[in-house]
Amino acid sequence: MNHLISIEQLQRADIERIVSQAERFAEVSDREIKKVPALRGRMVLNLFYEASTRTRSSFELAAKRLSADVVNFAASGSSVEKGESLKDTVLTLAAHKPDAIVLRTPWAGASELVARWCAAAVVNAGDGKHEHPTQALLDVYTLRRRLGALDGASIWIVGDVAHSRVARSDVLAFQRMGASVTVAGPPTLIPRGIEQLGCEVRYTLDELHGADVVYALRMQRERMSETWVPSLREYAAWYQVNGARLAARQVLMHPGPVNRGVELSGEVVDSPQAVITQQVEAGVVVRMAVLYELLAGAREPRAAAPSPASPPQQDRDGAGEPVLGGQAA
Amino acid sequence: MSASCPLVGGCGEPAELLLRDVRVLDPRAGVDGRHDVLVRRGEIAEIAAPASIEPRALARAAARSGDAEIVEGEGRLLLAPGFFDPHVHLRTPGQEHKEDLDSGTRAAAAGGFCGVIAMPNTDPVLDSAPLLRSLRDAAAGQARVPVGFLPAVTRGLEGRQLTEMAELREQGALGFSDDGRPVADAGTLRKALQYQRLCGGVISLHEEDPTLSRGGAMHEGAVSAALGIAGIPAVAESTMVARDAALAGYEGARVHFQHLSVAASVEHVAEAKAHGYRVSAEVCPHHLLLTEEHVRTLDTRMKMYPPLATDADRQALVEGLRSGAIDCLATDHAPHAREEKEVPFEQAPMGSTGLETAFAALHTELVLPGVLALALLIERLSAGAALFALPAPRVAAGEPANLALLDLDAVWVAGEHGWESRSENCCFAGRRLQGRVLMTLAAGAVAYRDRVLTMVGT
Repeated sequence: MNHLISIEQLQRADIERIVSQAERFAEVSDREIKKVPALRGRMVLNLFYEASTRTRSSFELAAKRLSADVVNFAASGSSVEKGESLKDTVLTLAAHKPDAIVLRTPWAGASELVARWCAAAVVNAGDGKHEHPTQALLDVYTLRRRLGALDGASIWIVGDVAHSRVARSDVLAFQRMGASVTVAGPPTLIPRGIEQLGCEVRYTLDELHGADVVYALRMQRERMSETWVPSLREYAAWYQVNGARLAARQVLMHPGPVNRGVELSGEVVDSPQAVITQQVEAGVVVRMAVLYELLAGAREPRAAAPSPASPPQQDRDGAGEPVLGGQAA
Repeated sequence: MSASCPLVGGCGEPAELLLRDVRVLDPRAGVDGRHDVLVRRGEIAEIAAPASIEPRALARAAARSGDAEIVEGEGRLLLAPGFFDPHVHLRTPGQEHKEDLDSGTRAAAAGGFCGVIAMPNTDPVLDSAPLLRSLRDAAAGQARVPVGFLPAVTRGLEGRQLTEMAELREQGALGFSDDGRPVADAGTLRKALQYQRLCGGVISLHEEDPTLSRGGAMHEGAVSAALGIAGIPAVAESTMVARDAALAGYEGARVHFQHLSVAASVEHVAEAKAHGYRVSAEVCPHHLLLTEEHVRTLDTRMKMYPPLATDADRQALVEGLRSGAIDCLATDHAPHAREEKEVPFEQAPMGSTGLETAFAALHTELVLPGVLALALLIERLSAGAALFALPAPRVAAGEPANLALLDLDAVWVAGEHGWESRSENCCFAGRRLQGRVLMTLAAGAVAYRDRVLTMVGT
């Protein structure tokens, strides 16, 4: 694998390989010294065109735990505000020869373009409303830890599906892993044609009790002004996941940050069913696994950025057994 | 009411040309057969049995004008009426980095077009008589094929105040269009339709309800849902077609619907025609050949307005073209500079170039598989002229030479040798196409000659 652009490009075996590697990295996270030298001397560039705290810091932490150098480039306050195009920005930054570029933009398909323009491995950290593949991988990781396999599980994704890249990546990833997925939300926020991704569509939570996992999406306040829903109050009345709607056996997920009292009631956020903080924890190890897969794995040699041979798996803690079994790009 | 000749440009030397043993196909004149065609002083002088006209007829002319040529058709090359495109963007004034009057009309000539109509969404907008005068003066000197202009319906394309339509008509406006934008306000459009009784001219409509299309970058459906890109629903176009057909009927006005893209629009146009309303419609090659599936890779060359829709829509458009519900083809040739299109899909400007590939793409994808008859394609490619009250190009003695010479067997890859257009954002680039324009005569002059064409001196 040369880039991580979308879940759509991944097979079940790819997802399992990355998640298994993340599980091995999780052991490292529990040790006193959390660092492994796997990516020593490599450079990871975080290029963020949208505000992001958790995803960016999670990638940064992941890169640092692998001993890579990290450069953060935020579009605000930079040449981007002076009118530089995405291509020119990328070509300029590529002159520093980063080994990986972690990219978040408000535009679908941007990471694919960047992958075409430079030699670095590109990780899509969110492209518009299209995909957010590392979020889906960490969601799969979290669910595997909680449920074991996802095969046969019924997963409901509830809320603003139309504006959610998390929803799109999760619908694909959960299905690849054998789960059946239902998306539910107000009809104004369920895009026409979404069922073509293989999921079911519901406009009420009447059948929510059948779900094994309930994945609530963030309801963005700015959607109110565009009259996607009449009011937050009415939204909460119909679509809030709360104690009355959530059964004890159901697992609750959320990509964060949570709007308490809107898409989730406070009681369920703090309940033991919620795996929201586990998702955050998973973010680091899964992103470690992704960077490891792309930079230390069987990547094609890159002419434009010749790098020293992959460091041997010399970590003392067993995280580096031969896990990247010859996957071709 | 129009005082000036509506088309300007295409001012090359009158052609002296003998086309020997070519297959002449002019559905409007009811001609399909092998003939010799003699062009003298830019006029079709004689159409006769194959190999019956002696080169000497031309030699005498050459002696006078110093230049004449003979093309051997060998019964194989096809001579058709020159094509006419009622919808192109020549980007002058203000966006000459995309295209200008010379490069845009060179692209037209290379595509077999002997005349085009330019849209007013330039910078500044073509919305006043002085601007129209200067643009026509420029075109007279620079355009390779005759160009007509549609100034704006409303000042600045803002949809509020009508342009000085009567004066614009006196200065040669063929009609009016706010293309690139709809005339969203029904009351404003109605006033323009009423005012048309004074000034004439066709009102050409880009149909889009901005409250439905807002924020959208592609057709709304399965592909937009998968890509997470805001969609433009089919009804954004079709409801406006229905509305404006009703307005045209009510006011007895003459309107032309631009670039139909969905099945429902075709139905509304057919219905309006059945009522006897004075409406006509065009369709673009990309809407006849491509669908939303081509957007999946987020290739910005596939981003245009109206957006590529479903295959059912595509088939309805083909059927509409065949039945006559849709009158003519138009390319909506919309050049954009490379750096403008080399951006993420949602940021990219809308539009594809199309003049140089229209015939070959349609011939390859619709005529060769037997979906459309060649004669029908030829007719629809030149039908746009008459819709704007211009003489239709014809292959007949006494007519000015407006001709396209075609090699239906030639296979080429679109864009392999570059483009005549200044821009390269063609949605058919890289496609293997069969059928090539070898020569175009526009208003009596040779406007384009393919390099492969052997010149036989006299």
